[in-house]
Amino acid sequence: MSVRLGLEVGVARTVGTLSRAAGRGGGTTLPGKLLWKIDPGAVDALAARLREGVALVSATNGKTTTTAMAARILGSAHRLAWNSAGANLLSGIASALVSADGAQLGLLEVDEGALAEAVARTRPRAVLLGNLFRDQLDRYGELELVAERWRETVATLPEETTLVVNADDPVVGDLDSTRARVLRFGLDDPRHARSSLQHAADSKYCLRCGAPYVYEAAYVGHLGEYRCDACGHARPPLDVAATAIELHGLQGSRFLLETAHGSAEIGLGLPGLYNVYNAVAAASLCFALATPPAAIRTGLEDFGAAFGRFERIPLGAKTIVMLLIKNPAGANEALRTLETGVPPVLVIALNDAIADGRDVSWIWDVDFEPLLPHAGTVVASGERAAELALRLVHGGLPEERLELEPALERALDRGLELTEAGGTLVVLPTYTAMLALRGTLADRGVVRPYWERDT
Amino acid sequence: MRIAVGHLYPEYLNIYADRGNIAVLRRRAELRGHRLDVQAVGLGDALDPGVCDLLYVGGGQDREQALVASDLAAKGEAIVEAVASGAALLAVCGGYQLLGRGYRGRDGSFMPGAGLFPHETEAGEERMIGDVLLDCELVPGERRVLAGFENHIGRTLLDPGAEPLGRVVYGFGNDGASGFEGCRLDRALGTYLHGPLLPRNAWLSDWLLSQALAHATGGDPYALDPLPDELEAEALRVATGRAKARGGRP
Repeated sequence: MSVRLGLEVGVARTVGTLSRAAGRGGGTTLPGKLLWKIDPGAVDALAARLREGVALVSATNGKTTTTAMAARILGSAHRLAWNSAGANLLSGIASALVSADGAQLGLLEVDEGALAEAVARTRPRAVLLGNLFRDQLDRYGELELVAERWRETVATLPEETTLVVNADDPVVGDLDSTRARVLRFGLDDPRHARSSLQHAADSKYCLRCGAPYVYEAAYVGHLGEYRCDACGHARPPLDVAATAIELHGLQGSRFLLETAHGSAEIGLGLPGLYNVYNAVAAASLCFALATPPAAIRTGLEDFGAAFGRFERIPLGAKTIVMLLIKNPAGANEALRTLETGVPPVLVIALNDAIADGRDVSWIWDVDFEPLLPHAGTVVASGERAAELALRLVHGGLPEERLELEPALERALDRGLELTEAGGTLVVLPTYTAMLALRGTLADRGVVRPYWERDT
Repeated sequence: MRIAVGHLYPEYLNIYADRGNIAVLRRRAELRGHRLDVQAVGLGDALDPGVCDLLYVGGGQDREQALVASDLAAKGEAIVEAVASGAALLAVCGGYQLLGRGYRGRDGSFMPGAGLFPHETEAGEERMIGDVLLDCELVPGERRVLAGFENHIGRTLLDPGAEPLGRVVYGFGNDGASGFEGCRLDRALGTYLHGPLLPRNAWLSDWLLSQALAHATGGDPYALDPLPDELEAEALRVATGRAKARGGRP
């Protein structure tokens, strides 16, 4: 380490410790912010020191979970520099690199908008691109703008970099068309296809000619097996596929992970088809990094959940299940896991800070309708609780099953009160509402603060 | 009473929760004993100017808007005729732009619109994003507020004498400079406000329904019974506060 870099890193680490000591929560990006400010080039130098290189992960949905799954797989054989708390801008990446003493391999989740800079500074060995959905348009702009930036970024990747892409997403699957080193993953089990494309499906029209895609199977949003009858653009063949998928509600799923070199049956402790996508994505990235299949299987089966995305919290005789919602495609999949089983009491919490998206119109693109007949009482909460309540009423929720409680802690307590002993309370918060609710639960001693987690 | 609604390109123009606006109109009509009969009008479909009491055009991403633009321009004459004969119309964001004379891109290209609203839109330098509050007076002497969210790079310039939908209290509005937002032509309204617009702005939903009913009956704007609207009022109160605290400035 150069003298200057050593000094900067020392200062940044101290700030991180002080930030936690001062009780300001986490300090996950503070040291990185400082380092990023003093010397952005330090990120390049720190990344270059990682002997086994850097792997980057980006997507609209599932990037935190996918990265955490890959960390579980890779963590047994490699010392990782990993931004585990989802701080995925360059400052968060700088933090992860600063605080990982003696790391060999960088495993970095990257915000969709920060991919170009992250690629330029870390010269990655592998880049995993998972999906593109409409997301907080007030922050990211339209999907096509992000797609165009990704195309430009992929064109700058070094020849030896392996690109890992979700072939089921027409836009993402098309990013690789001219590259030699590429690994394509997807799902192959039409039993789990939706009967029609969801309302929030985005890339419905052929990239090449504009005609509507025909779907053999649409799994999650516009992800699936597509083809264009007009020009022939179709999903490319898969190198890694999940087949024979069985979904077991909120309990988890099983599937067969298939590659040209063999297959393995995987039991996953996370619900929903979207987590099967995350698992296949993480497995594919690890294949690209030459990880043995046995380690991939063990890692996926041991995986609990990424911070705040899915948590099962026992509380006396009751259980809280918390599923993060942040955009239509992600929320649809979270809701889909609730469509079977006992109708739970729901607390849905909509905040509108920058991290949640200030524009709350996305809740109207979420398909709440199939869930509402299966729901018990719904407590609408968060700063935009009334907007959410209006959405639910227009989705068919009878007003006698709706309660309005903007204050998060009171909404949580009301939800628990309505939940019978032995029952499950399902909480669906947006990002800052999730942070606040976890804070409440941490104050009560039922969950650990996130900077003490070790998943 | 049956209210015939023509929803243009629902498969393409649906980005900012446009189905929420339709759901609100449907529910508020049904609570008064009326029925909303919504027909999708897609690419290549004929639009009969006499059939619809209300036309709806939502917003899309640039790619989807480009896919429908020429078809919508071809429907322009029918839309102009429908509005001239008293049909109501609501166009949001991209739909609002496409119903003007056209859109001038940064490269100088010009995409012709349907020619209903007296305005032209040009690509600006920076997106205008944020909460908005408008002061409207659709019925003389009845001033009302509208709260929504805007996100557009197009700057829409109204012709001299054109009537805006409202005056910008907080936010950017049509072009970030004029202090006006949207456009009104008889019973047709165009606006950048989504969110979606109608759930929290109950009075505007009722204004549109009463205009559509007037077209359906061939009579005057139709009086609708008031609804309790407690959630609507609360949502409007919070959205108004947002616009005040963090709306862009014209």
